Amino acid sequence: MSERTIIPFGPQHPVLPEPIHLDLVVEDEKVIEAIPSIGFIHRGLERLVEKKDYVDYVYVAERICGICSFIHGLTYCMAIEELMKVQVPDRAQYLRLIWSELSRIHSHLLWLGLTADSFGFESMFMQSWRLREYILDIIEETTGGRVIFGSAKIGGVRRDIPLAKMDEIMKKMRVYRKDVAALCEQFMKDQTVKHRMRGVGLLSREDAISLGAVGPMLRGSGVAQDIRMTGYSGYDRIGFTPITETAGDCYARCMVRVREMDASFQMIERCVEQMTDGPIEVKVTGNPNGEFFMRSEQPRGEAIYYAKANGTKFLSRLRVRTPTFANIPPLLTALAGCQLADVPVIVLTIDPCISCAER
Amino acid sequence: MSLMGFAKVVLKNLFTGPVTEKYPFVPKVYPQGARGSVNIELAKCIFCGICQKKCPTAAIVVTKEPKAWEIDRLRCISCNYCVEVCPKKCLALDTKYAPVTITRTTDKFSAQPVA
Repeated sequence: MSERTIIPFGPQHPVLPEPIHLDLVVEDEKVIEAIPSIGFIHRGLERLVEKKDYVDYVYVAERICGICSFIHGLTYCMAIEELMKVQVPDRAQYLRLIWSELSRIHSHLLWLGLTADSFGFESMFMQSWRLREYILDIIEETTGGRVIFGSAKIGGVRRDIPLAKMDEIMKKMRVYRKDVAALCEQFMKDQTVKHRMRGVGLLSREDAISLGAVGPMLRGSGVAQDIRMTGYSGYDRIGFTPITETAGDCYARCMVRVREMDASFQMIERCVEQMTDGPIEVKVTGNPNGEFFMRSEQPRGEAIYYAKANGTKFLSRLRVRTPTFANIPPLLTALAGCQLADVPVIVLTIDPCISCAER
Repeated sequence: MSLMGFAKVVLKNLFTGPVTEKYPFVPKVYPQGARGSVNIELAKCIFCGICQKKCPTAAIVVTKEPKAWEIDRLRCISCNYCVEVCPKKCLALDTKYAPVTITRTTDKFSAQPVA
């Protein structure tokens, strides 16, 4: 038996901009075990709920994550709306769906670039971020912000998208859909990509369920679970079906994300067809009371917001469980037995977002 | 990727030119409705202080006597909340960002000329 060594990985690492630290126990080049430590960028945003009133906290919730910011704000708003028994107008729900799916596309394009970059496919990184920029432009035109949308509010949305603008956007989106599909095809059919990803970082269906994997990590192992199936924010009306792959390796997880991007384009199109004119918000009065669990599907998986209110304008407790946090135990299982050079690739296929895992 | 596909991409990229904008030689065009910096039309302002009360980052300070409206540009998150709540609609968001600074100063708008 060869000698065991511990190799530290992160929080500063050339291929991984996310501050997660892993102690990799290796035997020669083989990883035997990975021991994680997180907590480098804890900001205490959940505690802030005691100082910001429930309306202002939407701005804080949006800043929990810089990539899926809109869905964080949206989930918080939906939790408060459930507490206050507010019925959000249809048009607002459709607009929320469009922005959620736009943020999913831009997040997956960002992930595609980073994953390609993790094994030196730098031109793919450049091209996928170029396409992401077009999506960000659409987001900026419709919400006013590129990363922080600032368009979700309790009781509806802050901005409407006029009909003429919507047509113009849809015209662009049809072109982008083809571009993204072509780019993804190049990535997924590439021989090197297949070589680096097939059979690497295996996570069985049983492990995925018992370790509580969420999002593409879970669906890549063949479990058809997606919180959008619960039909929040209009997903029940556009005929949503979850996307699954059965292999459970890095390639399957990539395939899930690639197919999800195409599905998001489709969903936006269907949503625009179904949308009717109407109010985009309802006036909310009073203070929330009671407690509620709200779940939503972020690009990385299921996010849970637990809100406990006491009838004043300040909530007494807010707890956020983000998808990356849930995906760390399955990641450690997937890392055991892999080659040292495959560690960055496996870590990137969970699409880590440590800043939202630590809040 | 096949050789034909590769050649297609190369030819396309040769004739389409760069994707990036040549900033600062070509000025940046912000889309309509982009959230930049807050501007005030002082003649319309009644100094009610609602914007100060609602501002989530406490960037705005309004004083009634002397009549003045101040904003800390580095605290402002351009969320548009003050513009929404302003009863006189004297606040508006510019599409351009606030200019870059190296010191934390506040922009003060005063109704009376500063002595």
